[in-house]
Amino acid sequence: MASILYLTAAVCFIFALKGLSSAESARHGNICGICGMTIACVSAYLDIGNFDVCFVLSAVFIGGIIGISIAQTVSMTNLPQMIAGFHSLVGLAAVLIAFSIYFAPDLFGMASSTGMNTFSLLEMTLGSIIGAITFSGSMVAFLKLHGSYKEHGVPLKLNIFFASSMFCSLIYFMLTKNAVAFFLSTGCAFILGASMIMPIGGADMPVVVSMLNSYSGWAASGIGFTLHNDLLIITGALVGASGAILSYIMCKGMNRSLRDVIFPSEQEVFDETKTSQSKPFKLGAPEDAAFILKNASSVIIVPGYGMATSQAQHALKEMGDILKKEGISVKYAIHPVAGRMPGHMNVLLAEANVPYEDVFELDEINRDFSSCDVAYVVGANDVTNPAAKKDASCQIYGMPILEVEKAKVILFLKRSMGAGYAGVDNDLFYASNTMMLLGDAKKTTESIVKVM
Amino acid sequence: MNNVHELTVFILACFVGYYVVWKVTPALHAPLMSVTNAISSVIVVGAISAAAQNICAYSRIFGFIAILLMAINIFGGFAVTRRMLNMFHKK
Repeated sequence: MASILYLTAAVCFIFALKGLSSAESARHGNICGICGMTIACVSAYLDIGNFDVCFVLSAVFIGGIIGISIAQTVSMTNLPQMIAGFHSLVGLAAVLIAFSIYFAPDLFGMASSTGMNTFSLLEMTLGSIIGAITFSGSMVAFLKLHGSYKEHGVPLKLNIFFASSMFCSLIYFMLTKNAVAFFLSTGCAFILGASMIMPIGGADMPVVVSMLNSYSGWAASGIGFTLHNDLLIITGALVGASGAILSYIMCKGMNRSLRDVIFPSEQEVFDETKTSQSKPFKLGAPEDAAFILKNASSVIIVPGYGMATSQAQHALKEMGDILKKEGISVKYAIHPVAGRMPGHMNVLLAEANVPYEDVFELDEINRDFSSCDVAYVVGANDVTNPAAKKDASCQIYGMPILEVEKAKVILFLKRSMGAGYAGVDNDLFYASNTMMLLGDAKKTTESIVKVM
Repeated sequence: MNNVHELTVFILACFVGYYVVWKVTPALHAPLMSVTNAISSVIVVGAISAAAQNICAYSRIFGFIAILLMAINIFGGFAVTRRMLNMFHKK
């Protein structure tokens, strides 16, 4: 009976992911996911039979209240941090479950007269190791996204040391079943997870967040193998595959290989000296921008992380509405790696009630820039930098960009003239058809709206 | 043989995940992350069997904490996904 219910839950989860293929079906998908989770928990209850329900429910109750209050209060700008924090919880729970299996293997039907067999020990330790890496890696990612931690170089030798001592203690544990070796390998995994994520730069955060998403899935699968539970294995594999695909899409959006992201060379991390501020550029006032926008016939808005930090999406929507009333076509162009996690910009625009038919992906909109009058760039620097196409020596060379430079006029909103996260100066700032609007993106847009 | 069975399930599920996730529109990648995060918390079933017994106190406490953490994740993950999806409107 229980295995039929587990199968039903697995199918529900597949439908939850499948629903996300369109915005209409996504809501049903989410309900499918909730049903699947309920079925899974009920079948776990039926599996065990008679037990102290109050004890379990009190944990669910406390956790549920905390979870829902976080979900209701978090701002959409801070979404990446929240997701990273949630990933770390999956990792920690996987470690805790592996520990409880270790202390009471007979509960999980894994003990024989000689103790657990070697294969189960391996599965349990792998679950625990992947969980530990997910936990500490996500904690570092959380702190970085929160802005309370900047990247630090970690010598590769140190990582290799921790990785090898992790594997050595894993093998030692297999052979001798020595408890210390088990905890040692998990401890090494904790350190390894943190030291692997520490040197990765802020621009690569979308890859890191999706990679940790994938890890949390593999951790769930590892626990599933240990417990011989097909539902956990299936769900873990689904999540793992999803995270892996997202990391691939993000890497492709930056034209970087996963290897370059995970092992950044040291010069790449600390190279911010190339910025030159001496070249002349045109500085504009909101009045000029409002005049240009009103006389255009088509406008493409390009949001970047600058929009998220200044919460400019509502002001942008207001501006877009005024322009539309004047009969001007307004579109939004989103680069796959804009923001700090996959799909971050889409959610922010959706929050401001921008209809999703107006929002376009990179390859859908790139040919429209040559025919558009104004490109309104909101704090999106590296993803619009033409150097990615021309300058073979720069770091972002080969990255697909939004071809903003083809627009007749470019209005570039930016806090200062500094280079972007990748540390590459943007020729666009000094182009003859570019007008720079320096200052907070929200305030600038609001004053443009006022002038209109 | 049991292990081979589990490996079969795992690999087939990877393929299902691969094909299903490629169908997800890029606009919904953020809800995809939060919903996968919520469903990976299904390891709570392991935590329930650890917390539901009276034999080993350590396992019971670890299980309790794990249930609590996963409840944060399950409720939080589904709630934030719902909140995000409700924002996506047509004209």
